[in-house]
Amino acid sequence: MDRRTIFGGRLLPIAFVLPQLLVTFLFFLLPAGKAIYGSFTRTDAFGLHTRFIGFANFVSLLDDAGYRAAFGRTAIFCALVTLLAMASALLFAVFADHEIRGRAIYRTLLIWPYAVAPAVSAVLWVFVMHPEVGIVGRELGRLGIHWDYTVNGAQALGLVIVASAWTQVSYNFVFYLAGLQSIPSSVIEAARMDGAGGFRRFRTIVLPLLMPTTFFLLIVNLVYAAFDTFGTIMALTRGGPGQATVTLVVKVYRDGVVNLDLAGSSAQSVILMLIVIGLTAVQFRFLGRRTIS
Amino acid sequence: MATLELAGLAKSFGALAVLHGVDLALADGEMVVIVGASGCGKSTLLRLVAGLEEPSAGSVVLDGRDVTRLDPAARDIAMVFQNYALYPHMSVFENMAYGLRIRRLGRADIRSRVDQAARMLGIDGLLDRKPRQLSGGQRQRVAMGRAIVREPKLFLFDEPLSNLDARLRVQMRAEIRRLQRRLGVTSLYVTHDQVEAMTLGDRLLVMHEGRPAQVASPLEIFCRPANTYVAGFIGAPAMNFLPARLADAGRAAALEAGPVMAFADGPRAGRDGRALIIGIRPEDVTVLPEGAAQGLRLAVDLVEPLGSETLLHGRLPGGAAFTVQRAGMVQVGEEITVGLRAASLHVFEAETGCRLDPMLPVPPAEVEPRAAMHGSRDPGGT
Repeated sequence: MDRRTIFGGRLLPIAFVLPQLLVTFLFFLLPAGKAIYGSFTRTDAFGLHTRFIGFANFVSLLDDAGYRAAFGRTAIFCALVTLLAMASALLFAVFADHEIRGRAIYRTLLIWPYAVAPAVSAVLWVFVMHPEVGIVGRELGRLGIHWDYTVNGAQALGLVIVASAWTQVSYNFVFYLAGLQSIPSSVIEAARMDGAGGFRRFRTIVLPLLMPTTFFLLIVNLVYAAFDTFGTIMALTRGGPGQATVTLVVKVYRDGVVNLDLAGSSAQSVILMLIVIGLTAVQFRFLGRRTIS
Repeated sequence: MATLELAGLAKSFGALAVLHGVDLALADGEMVVIVGASGCGKSTLLRLVAGLEEPSAGSVVLDGRDVTRLDPAARDIAMVFQNYALYPHMSVFENMAYGLRIRRLGRADIRSRVDQAARMLGIDGLLDRKPRQLSGGQRQRVAMGRAIVREPKLFLFDEPLSNLDARLRVQMRAEIRRLQRRLGVTSLYVTHDQVEAMTLGDRLLVMHEGRPAQVASPLEIFCRPANTYVAGFIGAPAMNFLPARLADAGRAAALEAGPVMAFADGPRAGRDGRALIIGIRPEDVTVLPEGAAQGLRLAVDLVEPLGSETLLHGRLPGGAAFTVQRAGMVQVGEEITVGLRAASLHVFEAETGCRLDPMLPVPPAEVEPRAAMHGSRDPGGT
């Protein structure tokens, strides 16, 4: 039976969707349109004249060694954040799936970090890792390890990677745990009867059955690492020292808001937009259908 | 191919004891069916043998080797699960080959074993399919195939037919029996379906509340149930039970409903007045002419025509429920007179529910030979 309600007339349906359309228009379509427009123009230093210059902004971006470096850095950053967040989430989920004492507490604690805002999480990491005031950072110094992420670029990048992955572990954990619990216990038992040891069961039965979850999380994590880590990075290192932790989103902000190169920054955000569209398309292509069937 | 001995096998989950100690011995190639109502501990028993659960007490000895503490992987036992438990991401071939690959068999060897099993089961055309592309019956066969190719010492079946529709179930039942005979693999089969139990088992183990109620051949269980639970559980429609007292120096039972029934097979021990329960199967009840001396009046309140025969449900004057199976129709509301065939009476002690056999030895001709071999009071010996 068709349980949908069909509203007659024109005004009522429009009134229902209008708020959503308005929000989308004001906060997405309008700025995105402006960015696309801006990426094809150049404005003089006083903001008096705006010229249409075609793809010149994009070409100069690709010529810019700094941009290419940021691109590579972002790729490494995304790969490591995703790998770290997913691998540790899977590990924790496998542990939490067992019948262990205090399982409920363990699970709850693992989900908590997700409720922490990026900036707050960054402050927590400062408390832990700062070379002078951080609990661990200070100890590292005392042990003779030269730890100072405010001057050492590699350490800074490592720190933002770990901090960014940390909040995402909770999200991945929930999905992996649900994925593990949806595997019928009899399938695992059948593998045990077939003679498969724990690691082989994990590799040949559990992991393949988690593939849809893994793929979904891979896309979500890449998008997260590429775009939603802005707050964490800004609060921890502001992109520094130097360019060490400047990812593409941070660079958009630096070039556009700080250095006022609006056209270049617009071109950068258009490229980012295309990447998101691409990732989302991949996700829909491979997952959209499967989750429906 | 192996023998299996269970000794005092018990399992408790915390304070809850689900299995109170089971002794059972399977001869090489024998198929024993564990049957009982849900929650009687039959699946737990199977999982203990499989090694999927650890027993609280007792031992499992497979082919002379104590495997009680061994991992399932080390026991060389194959199991067919109720929901088939096929690996969803593997093809039929890979499903069947999985256990063989773990045992590091050669490629050609795996191929030939899987092909042979698939031909035997009639699934040789499906080897490239994934489980979700198969029907219930086909999945069932793949699950069987996965067990067969391993050539294990012991087969375990955990209600393998309960997810199939009635027609397929009958067909697969016969197929499982044929296959098990042909391969000669010692098997334990769990079911709640008494028809499955009766048709499949060389012997049955009837479980009741975590204890074995009787271990015997299907016919022995049907003809000489060890207690009222087994008597009521095996046989459809279920046996009628009538309260009675021992009378006439142990030679008869005085039914509370009136008539005094003389035992056809000999006197029972005990004083007159000992409380008994007399069991009679609905098919052993005859309809007598109105006003017959040894008759029971039955007010029929439900009539179930089965085609060739009719089930009459009703109440005796005392209010006890009673069922008769007979040819021909009766109208609801009618009163009929029924008689109990004296040779078909089952006599149980009221207090314990245990079967009360005649004091004199039963003439050998009346006992079915296989039943005599697996006596109900000797569950361990074969």
